[in-house]
Amino acid sequence: MADPEIKSYEPHHESQSAAVTESRPVRAVLMAVAFAFLGIFLVLPLIVVFNEALAKGVGAYTEALASPDTRSAIRLTLLVAAISVPLNIVFGISAAWAIAKFEFKGKAFLTTLIDLPFSVSPVISGLVYVLLFGAQGLLGAWLKAHGIAILFAVPGIVLATVFVTFPFVARELIPLMQEQGNGDEEAALSLGANGWQTFWYVTLPNVKWGLLYGVLLCNARAMGEFGAVSVVSGHIRGLTNTMPLHVEILYNEYNAVGAFAVASLLAGLALVTLVLKTLLEMRYGAEIAATRGH
Amino acid sequence: MKRFLLGAAALAALVLASSQAWSADRLLNASYDVGRELFVEVNKAFIAGHPGVSIDQSHAGTSAQARAIAEGLEADVVTFNQVIDVDFLVKKGLVSADWQKDFPDNASPFYSLPSFLVRAGNPKHIKDWNDLVRDDVQVIFPNPKTSGNARYTYLAATAYAKEAFKGDDAKVKEFVTKLFNNVPIFDTGGRAATTTFVQREIGDVLITFESETRGIRKEYGDDKFEQVTPSVSLLAEFPVAIVDKVADEHGTRDLAKSYLDFLYTPEGQDIAARNGLRARDAAVAAKYKAEFPDVRLLTVDDVFGGWAKVQAEHFAAGGLLDQVYGAR
Repeated sequence: MADPEIKSYEPHHESQSAAVTESRPVRAVLMAVAFAFLGIFLVLPLIVVFNEALAKGVGAYTEALASPDTRSAIRLTLLVAAISVPLNIVFGISAAWAIAKFEFKGKAFLTTLIDLPFSVSPVISGLVYVLLFGAQGLLGAWLKAHGIAILFAVPGIVLATVFVTFPFVARELIPLMQEQGNGDEEAALSLGANGWQTFWYVTLPNVKWGLLYGVLLCNARAMGEFGAVSVVSGHIRGLTNTMPLHVEILYNEYNAVGAFAVASLLAGLALVTLVLKTLLEMRYGAEIAATRGH
Repeated sequence: MKRFLLGAAALAALVLASSQAWSADRLLNASYDVGRELFVEVNKAFIAGHPGVSIDQSHAGTSAQARAIAEGLEADVVTFNQVIDVDFLVKKGLVSADWQKDFPDNASPFYSLPSFLVRAGNPKHIKDWNDLVRDDVQVIFPNPKTSGNARYTYLAATAYAKEAFKGDDAKVKEFVTKLFNNVPIFDTGGRAATTTFVQREIGDVLITFESETRGIRKEYGDDKFEQVTPSVSLLAEFPVAIVDKVADEHGTRDLAKSYLDFLYTPEGQDIAARNGLRARDAAVAAKYKAEFPDVRLLTVDDVFGGWAKVQAEHFAAGGLLDQVYGAR
């Protein structure tokens, strides 16, 4: 698929040096536009977050983070990520494997389904679980009779988070595995490896960078999700309040320092993700380019 | 595979653990979105007198809370700031129909009212509702279509006009339309309106619950704003109720009752007054008299004939609010 495209772009590659010698003012303007855009939409808000969080000094900042409600919100967010990310790894690998390596009916349909959470508003995905597990929902009466709490408890939050994050790993892996084809696996199998060995020693190393990238994105979204979680959480302090929900509630209570302190942790997570990704690309750039195929 | 099993096991453990979350000495109080500080203090004081009891708090907009409870949020008691949201629970069969008789004062242990917050020195000399329709005054309150807080503002202004124009409906409508014309931005909620007034510095007066103005002055500086209490306003009740269905299932009815009763004790009333709410208890009210200026309060029942009628005549699609809002 990629070949004809590359060929059609070849003239551009050759004239690239000409493009670089674009007149200085034009280059300066382009760069200024790009930097100004990023500055206004990314850097400035980040500065505001940290500025507000530290508005009343470092003491107030650490105090805000040490409050029991905030600590439990952080714990819950970490727990939700710790459950939903591994589930997504398993699901992502299985889905990508099935779609990339096998031919079966309904394959296109499955691929479309995986994209569904991207096209559905998170609030709607939360409401779907309310309609399913709520007291007036489909399974509500049965769950109630068996004393199982899903909605307005941790399992509901995990379900909602898994729903909104499940495309991340699969979407990273599917194109990668499709491009690599079955050749390596067939070779391993013909040399006597069993299914698991083939997976561990051949398939997984081939996709590890794509997988890692998907996991980073998935984790960031799992910790930052607001809409879907807000609908199913019940907002119980210390029990079902995640970090993003806690930010909103602190802000509404005129506790700006507390709200922005928690927000700064979330922003910090985003920065860590970004740095990790950049480091990976710097260190293993060539290898990533080779295995990710772009 | 190992990871999957671990994940599945963790999920199963969570499901089991969360199914046992309630017991007879534990209450869940579903409350309104800005009531945290009040109930942190209330709960601390209540638990001091009831060792071994624990109280969980859930805070969100009370319409959302009522819907969540109908969908299975197992709140034993509700402490709301909107009567209609408790009525919603009555309709769903979760709260008994005569809940307002279960506790004194219409089951509203404390109350507040739509009040004014102006900039320091009150440069536009805003004293009462009739100042708000002056051409040189800009007023900030959120959209009454989306905000319960603003519905009180709308009703209070209407109640004032009804008195001032002796029930002349055409003049009342003109007055309220003028008031709406003086609002440059209708935010969706009370918090957003506060940001517009305080941080974007738009408008001369912010109308919100008196209990809110205290928090705003605390957060943004006591010296930057002044509270102005109008001559007349509308009683805003803070209704409390036991969610019968949940309390009976949990076996927490007695505890729930003594928890809500506690709000009426001098100790509970004192905590409420310190958090900006007006106390029902005469002694506590006298103690904090300086902070709560005299105001004549009208009730929704007296002026409008009850919440059901207000809903039908004013807030339903095509009702009086729509006519005023559309006439801008």
